[in-house]
Amino acid sequence: MVAHLLRLKVTLLRNSVRRNPWQLVGLGIGALYALGVVGLCVVGLLLLRGQDVALAQTVVVLGGAAALLGWAVIPVAASAADLTLDPARFTTFAVPTPQLLAGLALGGLIGIPGAATALVALATVGTFSRSIPATAAALVGAVLGVLTCIVLSRVVTTATAGLASSRRFKDVSAVAFLIPLVLMGPIIGTVARGIAGSQDFLTELASTLSWTPAGAAFSLGGDVAAGNPGAAAVKFVVALATLAGLALCWKIMLQRALVTPPYVGTSRKRAGGLGLFGVFPATPTGAVAARSLSYWLRDPRYAGALVVVPLLPVLMLFQGSQSGFYGPFQFVGPVTAFLLAWSISSDVSYDSTAFALHVSTGVRGLHDRLGRAVACLSFALPVVLLFSIGPFFFTGGWDRLPAVLGLALGVLFTGLGLASVVSARYTVNVPLPGDSPFKKPPGNVAQTLAVQFGGMGVLMVLVAPELALVAAQFITGSSVPGWITLVLGPVLGVALFVVGVRVGGAWLDRRAPELLAQLAVDR
Amino acid sequence: MTYQPPAPDGPPAPPAPPVPALSLRGLAKRFGDKIAVDGIALDVPAGSFYGVVGPNGAGKTTTLSMATGLLRPDFGTALVHGVDVWQEPLRAKKLMGILPDGVRLFDRLSGTQLVTYAGLLRGMDKDVVTSRVRELLAALDLTQDAGTLVVDYSAGMTKKIALASALIHAPRLLVLDEPFESVDPVSAANIRDILDRYVASGGTVIVSSHVMDLVQRMCDHVAVVAGGRVLAAGTVEEVRAGVSLEDRFVQLVGGRSQAEGLEWLRTF
Repeated sequence: MVAHLLRLKVTLLRNSVRRNPWQLVGLGIGALYALGVVGLCVVGLLLLRGQDVALAQTVVVLGGAAALLGWAVIPVAASAADLTLDPARFTTFAVPTPQLLAGLALGGLIGIPGAATALVALATVGTFSRSIPATAAALVGAVLGVLTCIVLSRVVTTATAGLASSRRFKDVSAVAFLIPLVLMGPIIGTVARGIAGSQDFLTELASTLSWTPAGAAFSLGGDVAAGNPGAAAVKFVVALATLAGLALCWKIMLQRALVTPPYVGTSRKRAGGLGLFGVFPATPTGAVAARSLSYWLRDPRYAGALVVVPLLPVLMLFQGSQSGFYGPFQFVGPVTAFLLAWSISSDVSYDSTAFALHVSTGVRGLHDRLGRAVACLSFALPVVLLFSIGPFFFTGGWDRLPAVLGLALGVLFTGLGLASVVSARYTVNVPLPGDSPFKKPPGNVAQTLAVQFGGMGVLMVLVAPELALVAAQFITGSSVPGWITLVLGPVLGVALFVVGVRVGGAWLDRRAPELLAQLAVDR
Repeated sequence: MTYQPPAPDGPPAPPAPPVPALSLRGLAKRFGDKIAVDGIALDVPAGSFYGVVGPNGAGKTTTLSMATGLLRPDFGTALVHGVDVWQEPLRAKKLMGILPDGVRLFDRLSGTQLVTYAGLLRGMDKDVVTSRVRELLAALDLTQDAGTLVVDYSAGMTKKIALASALIHAPRLLVLDEPFESVDPVSAANIRDILDRYVASGGTVIVSSHVMDLVQRMCDHVAVVAGGRVLAAGTVEEVRAGVSLEDRFVQLVGGRSQAEGLEWLRTF
C-alpha cells in the first residue's frame, strides 16, 4: 500500500509534466536552483568534516532547527502546501491509517523540497564520518530529522487546514509573506553582523537547542563524534519521542479531518454598497477604473505589488547607508514609476476568463484601456511625486530634482501607454484569480518572458530622450538638461500615453475574442 | 423587456417573413485536429423559448459562444434580429444578454457591484442601473448577500448573479448556457417564472441543458446537437414525435450501452 501511494505520487508528477512540456522547463529551472543551493550546502558540510567538532555541531544543529522551522511555516504562510496527495482525497478508500500515514510521509520526500532536504541531511553524515559509531549516529539522526520535518509540516498544514482554506486568511498571509521576502537583504545583512559579533551566543543556542525536539535529531552525530555517547543516547530518545509524538498528533488530527471537512465560516452579510463605483463617474471608463482600483485593494495578486512599493525606499536607503553612496536612492521615484506602470501590462491576464464580461457587453477598447490606466494612475501619480521629491530631503543636491522628476513622470506615462498596448495583445503567465500570488500555473513561459523583456526593452527606447538628458546633467553638471527633462518628460510621456491607449483600444476592438480564447487556454 | 416588432419597411406589400431572433448559417469551428462544430444552421424564431440539448462535448457551448460574439467562428455567420454578430458586434451585443458557462466572474466585487459593473459597461444611465440592480437582486433572492463578495458565493448564487448581469440591459435575446446547474429548486422555479414572463412579453430565450425533462416542460422549441451537428430541430412536439424527449434524444444520439455484462454487480 505504501508503495502504491509512492507510485501514485510519481505518476501524478510525471503526468503533470506530460500535460504541458513547459511545466518540465519550470520543474527543470526549480531543480537547477535547488541543486545549486543543495550543492553549496553539501560542499560546506563536507568541508566542515575537517573542522572542530564543536563548530560543526553548532552549524548542523542550527541548520537542522532552521529547516524544521521552514517546513512548519512556509507551506502555510505561502498557501503553497503540496496537496497532490491531499488526505481528503483518500476518504472514500478504505486505506488503513498507519499505511496511509507512512505513504504520505514518504511521499513528501518526492519533489524538490523533500529531495533537497534529504540530500543536505545526508551530507551531515559526511560531516561526522570521523568514526564508525559517529557515522552511524549521524545517519540515524539525519533520517529522524528529515522525517520530523515532513511530519511536522503535515501536522501544521492539517491543523491549519480550516484556517488556511478561508479566503481572507489566504489573502492576508500571501501579502504579508511578501514583506520579509522583499526585505531579505537588509534582514540578512543585520543578522549577519549580529552573528559576527556573538559567536559564543550561537554556540550556546545550539547546545541548548540540541536538548530540545528542535535540534535533538541533528545533534546525534556530533555528540558521538565528540565522545559523549551518554548525551547522544538521551537526545536519541528525545528525537524519537518527538517524531512519535508528532506522528500521533498527525494521526489523530487526520482521523478527525477525514470525517469533518474544514468548515469555512460564513462571511458577514452586509448591505450592498456601491463602493468605488459610487466615486468614479458612471461611464464605461469610470466603471472599468472603479473595478480595477477595487482589485488593486482586494486581490492579493495586485495588493502584493502595493505592499512592495513602500518598501522600495527602505530597501534603497538601506543599500545607501551600507555603501555610503546615495545615488540609487535619488532614483527611487523613476524606479517606482516603472514598476507601477508596468504592472498593468498583465492586467487582462489577471482578469482571466472574467474578461468575457468585457467582450459580451461590447465595451469599447478605448474605454477599457483608459479605465485601467486611470485606476493605476490614481495612486501611482501621488506616490511617484512623493518618491521623486522625498529622497532629496535626505540627500540634498536639489539641482538634480528637475531631472529626476521629469524622468519619473516620463517613465510613468510612457510605461502606462506601452502597458496598455501590450496587455491588449499578449497574455502572460500569471497566478490564477484566487490562487496564491506565488503560484504560477504552467503556461506559455516563452511568451511571458518574451513579452516582459521585449516590453521593457521597448520602454527603454521610448524613454531614451529623458535618460539621455539625465545622463547629460550628471556628466556635465549643468542644470539646463535637467530643466529640459522636467518639461520633456511629462509632455512626451502624455503624448505616448494617448497613442498607447488609442492603439491598444483599437487592437482590443479588433481582437477581443482572440484574446479571450487565449485566456481560456492559459486558464 | 417589451418586444417591439420590427417596423415594416416601405409599402405594406407582401408581409415579409419575420426576422428570426437568432439565425446561424454554416457555423464551424476547429480546435487543432478536433472539429468542435461542423456547419451548424439553426433558426430561433423571435418570441420562442428555445432549448439546445446534446451530450457532453457536442459543441453546445462552442456554438453559443460563436453565436454571441465570444469566439470567432472559422466559417459561417450568426445574425441576431438580422444584425450580423461578427460584422457589427457592438449593435448585436446590445440586443443580447449572455450567461456563458465555464468562465470566471469578476468575483472580488460584491454582488451589487458586479451587476452594476455589467450595466455601466454597457453605457447605461446610473439611476436606471441602480434601480434595476435592486429589483433583480430581490427577484433572484440575493438581497441578503448583496454586499458579500461574489468569490464567497455558493455555486448556485454565482449562477444567479451572472444571470442578473445578463438581464440588466433588458436584451431582446437571452442566451443562457446551463443556467440551472447547481441552482436550488426554489431559485430555479423563480428563474423559470422570470423567463416565462420575459418570453410572454415578446423576448426570446435560448437555454442549453442536459436535463431533458426540464427542457420538455419549459421550452416550446428544441434543437438536438451532437458531434457538432444539428440532428433535429423544431417545436418540442415535432422533435419528440410522440415519445418523451429523453427517449427521442437517446434514439437520435445513440450510444446507449446495452445492460449486458456487470453480472458480478448483482452477486454482492
